[in-house]
Amino acid sequence: MRQQEAKIRRMKKEKMRKKKNRQILSVTYFFVAVFLCMMGYTCHYAITHQQELINNSYNSRQEILVAQNTRGMIYADGRQVLAQTQTDEEGKETRVYPYGNLFSHVVGYASNGRFGIEASANYYLINSNAKLSEKVANDVAGLKYPGDNVVTTLNVDLQQIAYDSLGIYKGAVIVTDPATGKILAMVSKPDFDPNEIEVIWDELLEDKESGILLNRATQGLYPPGSTFKIVTALEYIRENPDSYSQYSYQCNGRFTKGEERINCYHGSVHGYEDFSKSFAKSCNASFANIGMQLDREKFGDTLEQLLFNQELKVGFAYNKSRLVIDRHTEDADMMQASIGQGTTAVTPLEMNMITCSIANDGMLMKPYLVDHVETHDGNLIKQFESTAYKRMMSAEEADVLSGLMQEVVKSGTGTKLADASYTAAGKTGSAEYNSVKEDSHAWFTGFAPVENPELCVTIIIEGAGSGGDYAVPIARRIFDAYFGG
Amino acid sequence: MLEIYITELSKYFITLFIALYTLECFLVFRFQEEERRKGSYIRQNFFMFLVHFSCFLVICFETGKVEYLLFYILQQILLFAIIMLFRMIYPRGNRLIINNMCMLLSIGFVILSRLSYEKAIKQFFIVTVSLIMSMLIPYFIHKLKFLKSLTWVYAGVGIVALGVVLILGTVTYGSKISYSIGGVTFQPSEFVKIIFVFFLASALSESQDFLRVVVTAVLAGVHVLILVASKDLGSALIFFIVYVMMVFIATGQWIYLFVGAAGGGAAAVAAYHLFSHVQVRVQAWQDPFSCIDAAGFQITQSLFGISSGGWFGLGLFRGNPTAIPLVEADFVFSAVAEELGIIFSMCLILICLSSFIMFMNISIKLQNGFYRLIAFGLGITYIFQVFLTIGGGTKFIPMTGVTLPFISYGGSSILTTLIMFFIIEGLYIIRQDEGERRAKKKRKRRRTEYAAARGEDKTDEEGEDA
Repeated sequence: MRQQEAKIRRMKKEKMRKKKNRQILSVTYFFVAVFLCMMGYTCHYAITHQQELINNSYNSRQEILVAQNTRGMIYADGRQVLAQTQTDEEGKETRVYPYGNLFSHVVGYASNGRFGIEASANYYLINSNAKLSEKVANDVAGLKYPGDNVVTTLNVDLQQIAYDSLGIYKGAVIVTDPATGKILAMVSKPDFDPNEIEVIWDELLEDKESGILLNRATQGLYPPGSTFKIVTALEYIRENPDSYSQYSYQCNGRFTKGEERINCYHGSVHGYEDFSKSFAKSCNASFANIGMQLDREKFGDTLEQLLFNQELKVGFAYNKSRLVIDRHTEDADMMQASIGQGTTAVTPLEMNMITCSIANDGMLMKPYLVDHVETHDGNLIKQFESTAYKRMMSAEEADVLSGLMQEVVKSGTGTKLADASYTAAGKTGSAEYNSVKEDSHAWFTGFAPVENPELCVTIIIEGAGSGGDYAVPIARRIFDAYFGG
Repeated sequence: MLEIYITELSKYFITLFIALYTLECFLVFRFQEEERRKGSYIRQNFFMFLVHFSCFLVICFETGKVEYLLFYILQQILLFAIIMLFRMIYPRGNRLIINNMCMLLSIGFVILSRLSYEKAIKQFFIVTVSLIMSMLIPYFIHKLKFLKSLTWVYAGVGIVALGVVLILGTVTYGSKISYSIGGVTFQPSEFVKIIFVFFLASALSESQDFLRVVVTAVLAGVHVLILVASKDLGSALIFFIVYVMMVFIATGQWIYLFVGAAGGGAAAVAAYHLFSHVQVRVQAWQDPFSCIDAAGFQITQSLFGISSGGWFGLGLFRGNPTAIPLVEADFVFSAVAEELGIIFSMCLILICLSSFIMFMNISIKLQNGFYRLIAFGLGITYIFQVFLTIGGGTKFIPMTGVTLPFISYGGSSILTTLIMFFIIEGLYIIRQDEGERRAKKKRKRRRTEYAAARGEDKTDEEGEDA
């Protein structure tokens, strides 16, 4: 009997021990799991943040790389040199920009802080993936290693035309390929000569008026004026998919609601109009009328979908475009917003992205400037692929808008493009920025050819006058040059 | 010019060797018996030698100094001596623990030599002296049977030692954690960790009733509060976690774990609202870049280091780890990641983890409740400290400022961890004794049961199974 009891006791004890062993195992597994998470997190963080961290000005490792490698070159898409570092016999390095003012904002500068591609591609430019044998040879010769080169999507010819066309005006031009998101040209005026940046730096900083250092193409915030009617039209089509074509309006040159009055540009009277004509003639009264019929909550959602008030996932400096519409928006503000006036502020980049998505069946491709990175002797290090950024609208909506924009060129405010050898579509704008005088910024945003868009162009000329008269001809010159007249 | 080839190519070799070493760390768990693990252990020694050798090869070429070569030879002799001596003195010891210890020590030597030659030399002497002292520990653990009965003595010693620092200690980096006797600086919280585990193991193996849990909770609470008052938050957290885990395992009741977790969470929230230095740390963890000039400086410098190395590292002397404040103590992991690479540093974590798994394995196999709890408690102490320091340096958790065992610079840390590892070795030998005794008992029991059964059958053939 005693033996039996002892056996039971032993079994009980054994059972308890097994239970506790399982608990020790659970604790072990728990810690193993926590450690695996920590390891995964660490690897992920270190690899994905590598560039951002090396570019941080508090990171002294940057100086190690700068001391070790000669800064790489920046090329245009046709291999023209946009920036290079020259070393003289005493080892003194000078950054040279052969095109001077032409690429001032988009390529930027690399001393007195960094800007443009010099800033966004800094990580690649200061690293060197040269062959080991070459590094050894350079060590022996007492030379620095050659940094990696950056090949951009920029096209020198288009840049030159855009630059020349803008003339002495302040303003900006962006030319992109809507199917890929490649930025082919980006001009901002007034400009500066990056070769002289160290000399003119203090002067530039003192001059607060003209904002020369601002890249107006991506950072300049302007009232969009009538180019914004693209957005208003989109919202109207969305809310009235079956009946928007039956829209009609009798324009007598103004639209009034309560105290608030909206006038047509330079007091024109458009008479009877349907939806397409309202858009083509850019009738303010009709669009104020349309705006009043829109659901403000939904309009706010559409703005969000079009990337208003949002951080952009682009690799260069920009400003957020601003317009908030919700159910608290007053009638007066809604009327102003519908025609792109009031508090609305957009960058040329934003208008260009909306236009690109219309040209590309509603899908916005991510705008980018760097095509690939290679070693100084041409071995590919990293290829940047064109990627979809966001669907801004459905293919049907894009198709309708494209038709409306084509009508602008055929019979509306953009007729200076009507007789071209290619088909073009677009929208003009004459944005009033001064409540006293009738001065306006001239806008145009559009694409060509309509059937299979290859170029998307957005232009703003500060204080020039109407978009139809001043901005459309620049678009024409760019398109003509590209498509051969 | 040769050094550029050596640095560039050795990066890949060093990574390969440490990866192979780490692989063997886990392959040993395939077998239950030490005898069958022998092959793995010998390969580990080989890879360990290669890692250590290649690292110093790079260091010698990069610096061009002969003293590094001599230093390397001394280290090699020391590591070789530990491994051989241990095998001779304790043929039944666990060699994975010893190998991991030597591997981690040699990584420590490499990275400290790179960061500061003087500190590395100092560390080397501390390690040598500590090793000689702690080599005897397994013997004492095995022989001294009264260790279990010192329950309240442990608590008293621990509290007094921590209390003395609180009152007399010198302030370093805002925390009171050390005091000096005759020019030697001690950091008692390191040693008290071990005493604390002994106290809990002894108290909780004796009785697991509610009253006992409450009494130990009060005493453990005193430890933790003194540490909080000294602003040594990392250690306070380690003591707390060890207490909760040990109560859970001793009683076998999940409820204590949940109560502990809830209590810990509440205490953390309270600490956050009460102490500004806790808020600063949490803020520096959430968004270090917003306060990069102040509280976020260390952690961002640490992240710069970790991220700049890439998978294979920049190579020894090719990075800039000295830009990280306190790099040789609290942020040594970041220096390893920067110059030896992320793969290497992940292997380092896995080596720590395999030591921990071995500790837990030993704990499970031990029969005696007291020893079981010691193995468990020391394992938790060790792995949680590793978690705090690496997690803090990589922005996984807020920074607490504890050292990475065996690798960070610091005498108290090294000696404490050595003692811990050798205590585990002692427990491993005890376990094998138990195993033998148990097997004997089992055989005896079987025999008597068998005999009894036979007896009932009224047969008499006992001679056969003898």
